[in-house]
Amino acid sequence: MKELICIVCPKGCHLKVDENDNYSVTGNDCPRGAEYGKKELTAPTRMITSTVKVRGGLYSRCPVKTAAPIPKGLIFEAMKLLDNVELQAPVRVGDVVVEDICGTGIAFIAARNL
Amino acid sequence: MSNYDKHYEVVVVGGGPAGLAAAYSACQNGAKKVLIIERDREVGGILNQCVHNGFGLHYFKEELTGPEYAGRFADMVKGTCADILVDTMVLEITPDKIVKCASQQHGYLAIKADAVVLCMGCRERTRGAIEIPGDRSAGVLTAGTAQRYVNMEGYMPGKKVVILGSGDIGLIMARRMTLEGAKVLAVVELSPYSNGLNRNIVQCLNDYDIPLYLSHTITNIVGKTRVEKVVISEVDGFTPIPGTEIEFECDTVLLSVGLIPENEISIRAGVTIDPRTRGAVVYENMQTSMEGVFASGNVVHVHDLVDFVTGESIRAGAAAAEFALGKRIGGRVIDVVTKPGVNYTVPQKIRPDNIEKSVDIFFRTNKVRGNSIIRVTSDGAKVAEFKREHMAPGEMEKITIPKVLLDRCGDSIEIVVEDA
Repeated sequence: MKELICIVCPKGCHLKVDENDNYSVTGNDCPRGAEYGKKELTAPTRMITSTVKVRGGLYSRCPVKTAAPIPKGLIFEAMKLLDNVELQAPVRVGDVVVEDICGTGIAFIAARNL
Repeated sequence: MSNYDKHYEVVVVGGGPAGLAAAYSACQNGAKKVLIIERDREVGGILNQCVHNGFGLHYFKEELTGPEYAGRFADMVKGTCADILVDTMVLEITPDKIVKCASQQHGYLAIKADAVVLCMGCRERTRGAIEIPGDRSAGVLTAGTAQRYVNMEGYMPGKKVVILGSGDIGLIMARRMTLEGAKVLAVVELSPYSNGLNRNIVQCLNDYDIPLYLSHTITNIVGKTRVEKVVISEVDGFTPIPGTEIEFECDTVLLSVGLIPENEISIRAGVTIDPRTRGAVVYENMQTSMEGVFASGNVVHVHDLVDFVTGESIRAGAAAAEFALGKRIGGRVIDVVTKPGVNYTVPQKIRPDNIEKSVDIFFRTNKVRGNSIIRVTSDGAKVAEFKREHMAPGEMEKITIPKVLLDRCGDSIEIVVEDA
């Protein structure tokens, strides 16, 4: 039995995951908690948010995020991909900034209009 | 984008999440002339620098980053009647609701409002506010300032960082600085528990092996020009314990040591402030002690989640529109009295005649608790009871009291939290 704090939403449910019972989860308030509990112990993933350089906008950085959670082990490799990105305003929310993060097929996308 | 008139039904002070929601709601509830006054270059407030995700789960039913949440609300407001004045600072609100401001573009302005919604948010406590001893070296800044530098302006404030305070902004910045290549040596927390959300302890500290020192505080900052070293000590309550010192060589100290509702304008206008929240005393519809002046969001009490700021502001905006259109609320007033275990409540006053079905009361408890009971009483008699498996000061609580129960209450209700 492993105890986890769910990070799916800000509520932070206290989960109990039974590794010996097909990772069954208790203590979750919603189905997403059950999914998280199992995934966290088998193949943990995280959303990554950061910023990239942008020219011609109101600010010099544009926020970006992964379009979906990526494997936890790829976080720092993914961050490196952003170092040399330079956008030109106008940027629209959802614009693809990096197409494929380390072969995952998941993109970094812009998170605001600028 | 900065248009304005001389008279508005509803003037909203501040264009952060609270102001945007209040203005949107005022328009939705019949106001035809609504103005948002924002001192920054654009609306969105602090959300624009909160590039992490986790916003909007309640309101939009999906997980957004701060800029996305702000962008959606800015677009929603664009589709309404509301005007927006940016680069404009409200200086004063007079008793007859003349809003005096200074604008980059228009100079000095005096705008007449039928109703006002105060949405100024809060600001961070600084080193001066908590009197950290040591040298006055460069490199000591609030976590929110660092967040703006990193996420919007494109500056990296330091390379080796110690963070004081484990509120959410401190935790988020611990991760953010790490991702940007800094080494975060420690997050230091005075309390025996973190004041941040549990999920942020997990995904901001544990994920990156950043140590959290509970019951510790900074007892010295050393550095001739730039910060060179920080000394932390274990505390017994608030008193450092000699002999427990740990030294960290670092160049930067970030402070996440609490937020103060920004109420200079409210106080000057004569609005009654609750010393517990440092925000306005409000009624069930978010009206302050000044008739026709409403308040919502972090200027009333510091929230954990922007979704709740939005919810509160939608009620405030609707009430402001109704007031501007002539609705007046009378009837008796029930005072909400806090008893042991409850640090404050919002609202502090409830008028049962203005409640349709039920009223939500928000509060924070005073310590981390396991199985607990929230008891609501009036004149010694039980009104309602609520069970909780887990409570913490970092997590805002909400209880809902039906109108039928309120109607039976006396002139006050008391709220207490006890161990189950």
